[in-house]
Amino acid sequence: MTLLSVQDLRVTFGTADGDVHAVQGVSFDVEAGETVAIVGESGSGKSVTANSLLRLNFGADVRTSGRVLLEGRDVLAMTEDEVRTVRGRDVAMIFQDPLTALNPFYTVGRQIAEAYEVHHPGTSKKVLREIALDSLQKVGIPEPSKRVDQYPHEFSGGMRQRIVIAIALVNRPKILIADEPTTALDVTVQAQILELIAAMQQENGSAVVLITHDLGVVAEITERVMVMYAGRVVEAATVLDAFATPTHPYTRGLLKSVKSLETARHERLESIPGIPPSLINLPTGCPFHPRCSHAASLGGRCSTEVPVLRKVGASSSACHLPDERLRDLLGGAHDR
Amino acid sequence: MIFFVVRRSFFAIVLLLIVSAFTFWIFSALPADPAALTCGKNCRPEVIESNRERLGYDKPLVEQYGAYMKGIFTGRTYGEEGSSIHCPAPSLGYSYDRHECVTSLIASTLPVTASIALGAFVLWMAIGVGLGTMAALKRGKWQDRVATGFSVIGVSLPTFFLGLIFIMVFVIWTGILPFPRYVGITENPFEWFMALLLPWFVLAIISAATYVRMTRNGILEVMNEEFVRLGIAKGLPRRRLIVTYVLRAALVPIVTIAGLDFAFLLGGALVTESIFNLPGLGKLTLAAVVNSDLPILVATTMVAAVFIVVANTVVDILYGFLDPRVRAK
Repeated sequence: MTLLSVQDLRVTFGTADGDVHAVQGVSFDVEAGETVAIVGESGSGKSVTANSLLRLNFGADVRTSGRVLLEGRDVLAMTEDEVRTVRGRDVAMIFQDPLTALNPFYTVGRQIAEAYEVHHPGTSKKVLREIALDSLQKVGIPEPSKRVDQYPHEFSGGMRQRIVIAIALVNRPKILIADEPTTALDVTVQAQILELIAAMQQENGSAVVLITHDLGVVAEITERVMVMYAGRVVEAATVLDAFATPTHPYTRGLLKSVKSLETARHERLESIPGIPPSLINLPTGCPFHPRCSHAASLGGRCSTEVPVLRKVGASSSACHLPDERLRDLLGGAHDR
Repeated sequence: MIFFVVRRSFFAIVLLLIVSAFTFWIFSALPADPAALTCGKNCRPEVIESNRERLGYDKPLVEQYGAYMKGIFTGRTYGEEGSSIHCPAPSLGYSYDRHECVTSLIASTLPVTASIALGAFVLWMAIGVGLGTMAALKRGKWQDRVATGFSVIGVSLPTFFLGLIFIMVFVIWTGILPFPRYVGITENPFEWFMALLLPWFVLAIISAATYVRMTRNGILEVMNEEFVRLGIAKGLPRRRLIVTYVLRAALVPIVTIAGLDFAFLLGGALVTESIFNLPGLGKLTLAAVVNSDLPILVATTMVAAVFIVVANTVVDILYGFLDPRVRAK
């Protein structure tokens, strides 16, 4: 059975300014042990998608529909008590900012132990302490026996993220959701944290859903990538395919806007013209069409009809352009 | 931590010395002549002068202050042998108006004020934090409206108005309670309780109003914190999350303010004590103001200052226990 199957997920937030359509029909599968990345800009719906997997979208008026099947059970249809048993046990989460994610009032040891104890009530204090010590050691905190009794503010940002990871992994979850786990960290620490996540994944056999806007991070540790734009998946592919032969103009634009070793010294990076659309007043048709240079060539189709994901070679793309033109996207760019 | 406590206490003592000197100086700078106030309108100048000498008002101010401070530790004797008046340590002066040592006046009124303050404090924390928590957890529902409404009414009502309404409703109209007449707790605990019930509620309702808001806003703010989301993502049951994560964090600033409010109340609840005719520190102060009884005013001001400074220090130290981030500094 597929470990995680998200089907037609839609999330809308009611606000005073109108409904914010954050996620509009996202579907994807995650198999046991694999790593999937969801890439997109701010406001593309990637974090909301991730939060939906554990029902962590809060607000006065949040409307969620679709299905999030975890080993066949729909998380969205569960009772509060049922979701609670999933949270932190079957599916764990690493948040973006380790400086605010830890509770400042309790020692890190207690916070790690608590994550275990919640799902294993009645565990003795002695065992809990050993688990905390063991977890700290696994994520590479030096001198665990001393550090276990310290408070979050006594740790650096990178160390705190290691502790957040220790908390997430203490129950050996089947799925680990990492929501921009390195965004708030120094560049030098980023690689260490990614390596740690990869190493922990090897050891536990967890699947990882990595949310990021950083294509470098994607290339480093994931196998499959989904590109989101304005609440929709516009391209799904293996990392190799996505980078070598992008099949959506937006993906191509993203790749072109990143500096690489091949970029000449004084060459200007390409940027995608325009700004991401408002999620309250979305463009009709393809949400990317106002910024897309190919839209004009297809007549009015892009502004009237929402493209659906379809197979283009080994990838999936949500674009109206015919297959042969999509295959040539990056090639065409090279002629520039 | 011990160093922290010692240092805070040291600063508290220095602060109290400064406050006492300042208070002493302020009241001596008033146009009222303390010696002239010792005998009535048709007083002969010789009597005033002899009283001035007797009470030490003829000495330079610094010397007067020295004698006053010394009196706190050793007690003080006014006048010559034979017709002398002795106030034992800790002496806070002598009220000629009342013919009594100020210390004994304060000693007899402080328990009354302490009784009022303590009961009101317990009640207002219970009401304030309780309603505030309810309002936050039921945000937007009717419970929230009731609590916020209570809070608005509470802040807008003056003490004297609510006090009089209470007396009218509970004492005069329905007769549920007797008119408050203070009885010491050691004499008759039941009557003590009955006499203080109304003033407790009046003070509690008015003070609780602010705490409802503070608690509500504090909780809502903490609920948006990332660490609370991590708590949910861990799978913590709601009740446990609210108590160990949300309330734990939200109550830290509230404890701080509560400590100061309590100390302030200990300095005398002037209006409440007057309305309910309770012989506390506030009423003593009020009478002293009316009678220009300077020794009492100096003493009550200082006592109130001591409470505030001590409370401040205790709160600071407590803060260190409550918030590990403060402890480290």
